[in-house]
Amino acid sequence: MQSKLSWQEFIITRAIKASGYSAIVFVALIFYFLLREGLPTLGEVPLGDLFAARWYPIESYFGILPLLSGSLLVTVGATLVAVPFGLGTAIFIAEIAPRWAREILKPLVELLGGLPSVVLGFLGILALAPNLRVFLNLPTGLTALTGSLLLGGIAVPTVVSVAEDALDSVPRAYREGAWALGATRWQTIWRVTLPAARSGVLTGIMLGVGRAIGETMTVMMVTGNAPVLATGLGAFFSPVRTMTATIAAEMGEVANGSVHYHTLFFIGMVLFLISLAVNVTASAMVFRSQKRAERVLS
Amino acid sequence: MNKLLLNRNQTQRLGFALLTVMAAITVLPIILVVFYVISQGGAAISWEFLSGFPRDGMRQGGILPALVGTLALTVGTAIFSVPLGVAAAVYLAEYAPENGLTRLIRIAIINLAGIPSVVYGLFGLGLFVLFLKFGTSILSASLTLSIMTLPVIISTAEEALRAVPQAFRTVSISLGATRWQTIRRIVLPEALPGILTGIILGLERAAGETAPILFTGAAFFLPRLPNSPFDATMALPYHLFVISTQVPEMPFQIQYGTALVLIVFVLGMNLIATIIRSQARARRQW
Repeated sequence: MQSKLSWQEFIITRAIKASGYSAIVFVALIFYFLLREGLPTLGEVPLGDLFAARWYPIESYFGILPLLSGSLLVTVGATLVAVPFGLGTAIFIAEIAPRWAREILKPLVELLGGLPSVVLGFLGILALAPNLRVFLNLPTGLTALTGSLLLGGIAVPTVVSVAEDALDSVPRAYREGAWALGATRWQTIWRVTLPAARSGVLTGIMLGVGRAIGETMTVMMVTGNAPVLATGLGAFFSPVRTMTATIAAEMGEVANGSVHYHTLFFIGMVLFLISLAVNVTASAMVFRSQKRAERVLS
Repeated sequence: MNKLLLNRNQTQRLGFALLTVMAAITVLPIILVVFYVISQGGAAISWEFLSGFPRDGMRQGGILPALVGTLALTVGTAIFSVPLGVAAAVYLAEYAPENGLTRLIRIAIINLAGIPSVVYGLFGLGLFVLFLKFGTSILSASLTLSIMTLPVIISTAEEALRAVPQAFRTVSISLGATRWQTIRRIVLPEALPGILTGIILGLERAAGETAPILFTGAAFFLPRLPNSPFDATMALPYHLFVISTQVPEMPFQIQYGTALVLIVFVLGMNLIATIIRSQARARRQW
């Protein structure tokens, strides 16, 4: 009995340990398959053609610059929406709102985070785009701006929840110290609480921006899908196409193993590397701030 | 401090008002969206709509195959991601030493959470559909979705396990229980509500996703229900995408109805998770 038990325990412990490592295995597998299917592009399309301004795969134009600029444009727009509103809402919830307002606001923001992106895209097409078109007098409502507004909405819950956590974890004594010195609550927020929560707030913003870069369905549905190189701010009011939308829209129709197929995987690889960079930086910031907190506390 | 027209109390009042307005602007559209979809889609909901097949190029009839497909994908995702995710959380909370390797695991989890959903779709296509030859199927799509769901389940379950007081473990071990017996009989049952919450939140995300299943398991239109894990399937989010972008002259009512069913499905799961969490909190004695 005893030996059977310890034998069982041995196996279970091994299985648990193996599961623990699974996350590393999956990240490695994902990277491996992106490389395996994406790297052949470099042999098939000359670098000069790959970083060219024309994406028209039917005639073998594989320039990814329009897609990069599309992603950049929409992401910058989304950041301009998500940072002020996300941060404003986080500060309001953490520092100003009375208890009842907090109890209403937090679930509502979580609700926004839970809405499937395809629903936001759907509403973008039917409700937001037609109004923007009339309001701004544009030929079409499906533009980079429409995508930016919706993506901003998608990034807001991430910014709010991470930033609010960071603000919440600033020790109360910091605020009391500032008030005791005669600072108003407003001054305390800007001069004491927010600087103390800086790394958490930045992490929230980075993760929000990361979500915006990777968002697929919403941008595919509302940005008009025109792979045109953006050359100025006017591009906000015309259709664009992002890297994610290009993969989603075209992968279903390509022949496996073709140049087009490899190039779409190559774009996926670029997206993977961007998200890797964003997340490693964000987690490094968290680790650093934890270490600092440990130093302060000990 | 302010040399302009405002003294610092007025600055504060103005600033607070500004933040209040910003929070309101952030939240009001959410309420508006939910009520708008309910009011527009409510009229489409009927037993026929929920239990019928799409007809006339999807412009009439119901959404049964999409609804069943999303259920199948959610269950399939749970089969793979729940055991693996909970086991990984147990490892991180109960076994993992504080060293570089554990830190690497944590960084990998954060990265899994941040990888764009369409990249998961590419990966699923490369590994499950083509390399392992599972084809465009419920199996491939579920496997893809479960890897995407893993970070949510691991991090919430780990948090729930860590919240169980250390004394519980000490007492159990001191009574002669082994480490695994302690985890199985004491720690896991105590952490169960938190773990369930994490599982439901993860599955909620999987149920609403479109991009990962685009090339791994989603079908544009099927006149029948899928009858094996190796069949492709219709799914609610993909169906909503199809009828709002690919089908010309699609009646609005069916579009809003489909959106409403999807929202109810996803937010219903969210609600269940919230209820489990708050009940467990109320009942907890430690």
